[in-house]
Amino acid sequence: MARQYVTANINGEEIDFLCDPSQTLLDVLRDELQLTGTKEGCGTGDCGACSVTLDGVLVCSCLVLGAEAEGKTVETIEGMADGDELHPLQRKFIDHIALQCGICTPGLLVASRSLLEHNPNPSETEVRYWLAGNLCRCTGYQNIVTAVIDAAKEMRGN
Amino acid sequence: MEQLRYEAPDTLEAAVALLSGESGVTRILAGGTDVLVQLHLDVIDTPLIVDIKKITELREIVKDGGAYWIGAAATGMELMNHPDFGADWPGVLDGVQLIGSIQIRGRATVGGNICNGSPAADSTPAMIAAGAVATIAGPNGRRDIPVEDICVGPGQTSLAKDEILVSFALPARPANSGDAYLRFTPRTEMDIAVVGVGVNLTLDGSGICTSARVSLGAVAATPLLVTEAADALIGTKIDAAALDNLAAAASAAAKPIDDKRGTKEYRIKVAGVLARRAATIALDRARQG
Amino acid sequence: MGRAPSPWATSIKYEEKDLKIVGGNPSERADAADKVTGKARYTADYNLPGQLIGKVLRSPHAHANIRSIDTSAAEALTGVKAVVTCADFPDMAVEHAASGELMVNFRDVTRNVMAREKVYYDGHPVAAVAATSEAIALRALKLIKVDYEVLPHVIDVVEAMKPDAPVLHDDQFTKGVEPAPDKPSNIALRMESKLGDVEEGFNQADLIIEREFNTKPSHQGYIEPQASVATYTDGGQAEIWTSTQGHFVMRAQVAKLLQMDVSKVKVTAPELGGGFGGKNNVYLEPLAVILSRKSSRPVKMIMTRGEVFRATGPTSGTNVEIKIGATKDGKITAAQAVMKYQAGAFAGSSLPLAAITVFTRYDLENVLVTGYDVTSNRPKVAAYRAPGAPMVAFGVESVIDEIARALEIDPIEIRLLNAAKEGTQTHFGPQLGRVGYIETLEATRDHPNLNIPLSPNQGRGIATGFWFTLGAETSATLNINEDGTASLIFGTVDVTGGSRAAFAMIVAEELGIPYENVRTMSGDTSALGFNFMTAGSRGTAAGTTAAVKASRDAITRMCEVAARKWEIDVDQVEWQDGHARPAGANVGNFEPMSVAQIVKEAVWFGGTIAGHAEINVANGGPGFGAHVVDVEVDRQTGLVKVLRYTIIQDAGKAVFPDFVKGQFHGGAVQGIGMALNEEYIYDSNGVMENPGFLDYRIPVASDVPMIDTEIVEVPHPGNPYGVRGVGEVPIIPPLAAISNAIHDAVGIRMRDHPMSPPKVLKELDDAEQAEAAE
Repeated sequence: MARQYVTANINGEEIDFLCDPSQTLLDVLRDELQLTGTKEGCGTGDCGACSVTLDGVLVCSCLVLGAEAEGKTVETIEGMADGDELHPLQRKFIDHIALQCGICTPGLLVASRSLLEHNPNPSETEVRYWLAGNLCRCTGYQNIVTAVIDAAKEMRGN
Repeated sequence: MEQLRYEAPDTLEAAVALLSGESGVTRILAGGTDVLVQLHLDVIDTPLIVDIKKITELREIVKDGGAYWIGAAATGMELMNHPDFGADWPGVLDGVQLIGSIQIRGRATVGGNICNGSPAADSTPAMIAAGAVATIAGPNGRRDIPVEDICVGPGQTSLAKDEILVSFALPARPANSGDAYLRFTPRTEMDIAVVGVGVNLTLDGSGICTSARVSLGAVAATPLLVTEAADALIGTKIDAAALDNLAAAASAAAKPIDDKRGTKEYRIKVAGVLARRAATIALDRARQG
Repeated sequence: MGRAPSPWATSIKYEEKDLKIVGGNPSERADAADKVTGKARYTADYNLPGQLIGKVLRSPHAHANIRSIDTSAAEALTGVKAVVTCADFPDMAVEHAASGELMVNFRDVTRNVMAREKVYYDGHPVAAVAATSEAIALRALKLIKVDYEVLPHVIDVVEAMKPDAPVLHDDQFTKGVEPAPDKPSNIALRMESKLGDVEEGFNQADLIIEREFNTKPSHQGYIEPQASVATYTDGGQAEIWTSTQGHFVMRAQVAKLLQMDVSKVKVTAPELGGGFGGKNNVYLEPLAVILSRKSSRPVKMIMTRGEVFRATGPTSGTNVEIKIGATKDGKITAAQAVMKYQAGAFAGSSLPLAAITVFTRYDLENVLVTGYDVTSNRPKVAAYRAPGAPMVAFGVESVIDEIARALEIDPIEIRLLNAAKEGTQTHFGPQLGRVGYIETLEATRDHPNLNIPLSPNQGRGIATGFWFTLGAETSATLNINEDGTASLIFGTVDVTGGSRAAFAMIVAEELGIPYENVRTMSGDTSALGFNFMTAGSRGTAAGTTAAVKASRDAITRMCEVAARKWEIDVDQVEWQDGHARPAGANVGNFEPMSVAQIVKEAVWFGGTIAGHAEINVANGGPGFGAHVVDVEVDRQTGLVKVLRYTIIQDAGKAVFPDFVKGQFHGGAVQGIGMALNEEYIYDSNGVMENPGFLDYRIPVASDVPMIDTEIVEVPHPGNPYGVRGVGEVPIIPPLAAISNAIHDAVGIRMRDHPMSPPKVLKELDDAEQAEAAE
């Protein structure tokens, strides 16, 4: 079957690509567009390492076909910092040692940004439940939760 | 896999025609949270995927008076974000909110949850308890069936290969109605129900239960509508004795198997425990509403 | 462990001094910015021009003879560039080598990476394909015809030890028994270790508790699946990028398995997405090299999550019997353990480690430890964070709790009464040096969390853990750059992301320069001499010794430059606060020289400045920790909820304290997952039923509470900064701590792991029925 021609807005840029109909958005990002910041931990939507937003909705890119991105807006970890300036979440993840090996970090950051867009002042419990789709095996989640709450505080301006 | 064709038609008719025209195994893609997993794990090999998300009717959530029409391809997150739905059908939303994770709910649909045919689908027992009616479109037009008639066995539905689930209708609710869904999982999130229970009930002015529906998930080959459990509530004030009878009826109706997610013995017992707890929540909601 | 300690091993004595950098928390980590922006490159992020994708065909059977393999149809498929089977690998003789904390036998390693005469587990590799796309490679796998003769299989360790159990290896005769058996067995080894006389000790006891515990295997659960990229070039050289905890050890094993010179193999360890001991072994590396050699193209291989579960790791499932006797005052008179450890498909479990950690928190006179290393039809076990220890601590710390309750002694006081200390004679040989168990217990006793009141169905449990710290081969080169900054190249893998920061802190402290002026990076195998892998909590502990040695070596070189410029003897130059200075007024009046000034002069006075360490670091200081957990049990569903968790652990010296606490958090949450839900589940055919993160339930963020931590610092005398390994201790106590807390909450003793809701509910029901019957 012929590869499919897809146009999407990825991290603010109009990008077109060809993909096999069976390729997932994750495959496309990593293998076709070399946006390897999005990680694959399971391929079945159970670990969240491949989290991106699709038209503003937090999804696992392993559970989206590349062809489905046609006409849509995709945001990945590569679009999170503003040039050299890290997003507050990125800074707070560093400050609070919210990452060790770092393989889950891009997905957790994308998920955390999505949380703060929905809820600028989440409680610890709300952070934990929102991030329950993102597995981390190194940190025990503690410093991640602390970093998200601290970033939210800074982003609210107090 | 290399012959896989992806189609995303704009109309229901075109979608039905694509399905009718393909001789091999087909898959309908809504949220993709089950279909793409099956593709990844190589448990299905399909030449055609029909994405139904571009069909407007299937994406809509319409409130008309007290009734709802929920498009089969509306996502869990869209239901969660609906201004009224959670207040009107809190038990259905309980179920929707337990599907997978935030990422999964951003994609997963109630229609897909049912059509995947899993007896453990979290949104199904609450929908059955709610008395939801499904509209199904096929080459010969549309037909309506109760939601409990969709799943006929693990991974199997009563829909023909060229039929598409269009929407669910939820009736307007009488005053003093409440519903609830509870499931048991070892983890707080990202888990599959070991047992799920949906309860929907209505009280009269004096607090007597005038109607009830109880549904169990993950305790049989399909989600169950358990009339004996509902009968334990109807005509009572849902007092301790009624809840005992409900728990006993729920456990008696459970016909589970031992599997990696729980033992038969455990599921039977917990079906009763959760039925009691879900009914208590539904009762509180009915009293408030 | 594997090897005996060498008299020529290096240890640098601990010196107490005022620290400017070590013990603080640096504002940045070399690895962190790249990790939060997605720029950090893990193995799966590497691509080589013209690369093929490699996939592995795996056994669907738990145990079968391979009659034949027909790869012809796969080879004929367009896009397939190479197909390999065991025929492409030379057979290996029995030869053992240390691979992390466990030993490997090359005869088995070659069979594990590619099955030869038999398959021993569901997921065992039988062939591999390299093709121009993943889809083609997967299709090719389906075209490979393997003719299996399915054999009876055995999964459980106790079942595997029975005389009538299906035997995996016809040539495996139990070692360690006299007379040597004449029939093959799944028991690869029986070992015994003792101190004093347990019979006599039990005779002195007023109370003897004897209990049996069972644990299921659990997986390391790193989020990055194994990946390897390899290219074999015409000169017979191989270059490999791979997800490993020890690239030098991988190089040695690949060279051995493929009969190549070590000098012709270069291995780079990119960022590692978690290992926890599970990436100490070769899996894909030799396959990728062979496929590359056969296809003349680079080959990339990544495991699926299902492959990770079915064919890598996990830790041993175990059956452990613990018997402890004590006087009515709580003094332990004798302790005995019988430990049956699954090795998986090939001999070599974590049993030897379990044997040395089982009772090593207590000062005992009479000990008898017996162990069995048992093969069964599961993947070959790998190290998993304190390999072997959580399962025996589950037993011992539960029995200690039971004794304390029976004797009405506080669980911390009974441990203090029997605590291991400097001079404690272990049953396996050495006496303990300066250790901080007593200090850890005292800090636990004084912790405010012990006074928080509990409600009905809530309970509090306490347990403690011990783990040693490996030393082993460690190399480092410290280059003093031409602008006065310093670059440390080290040869271990920074498995947590914390080593780079810790080493930079050490180098900055030694040199007396700002932390920001030191850059640290892990070198590939061509950059340094051999390094053992990051295992046994040795990363920072052993690395500290190497970094100090390299720093002091560089300082000597810098002092030489100053001496030559000042025309004085080098011993008349001293190093202080980042400057070479004349050692005393009578040496002469010279302006102190900074690092930057020295390197400007170095070209004339000697040349480029670097410091080196190529040493075998002596084994480090043992670490001890205590965990206190509060749980709530749902009596109707058996669900155990962790309400509160407190960790007190001796770190010797925490170089980077906030990072040390991160190790505590992570280890404890792995332990909580292991305790409550994580287990391998097999169907009746010996096929794993839960090879994914949905049904292999590692904790999610909403499953766990905030964890309180306290670092105790009793410096290890054999480390220049007093550092002890910290990574592994935190996974040891949770099983027992949670079991003890469940007992405190609802009165049942969970001895069957995991403590999942169906098991807890059954115990509750059984207890209720037993009570009703009385």
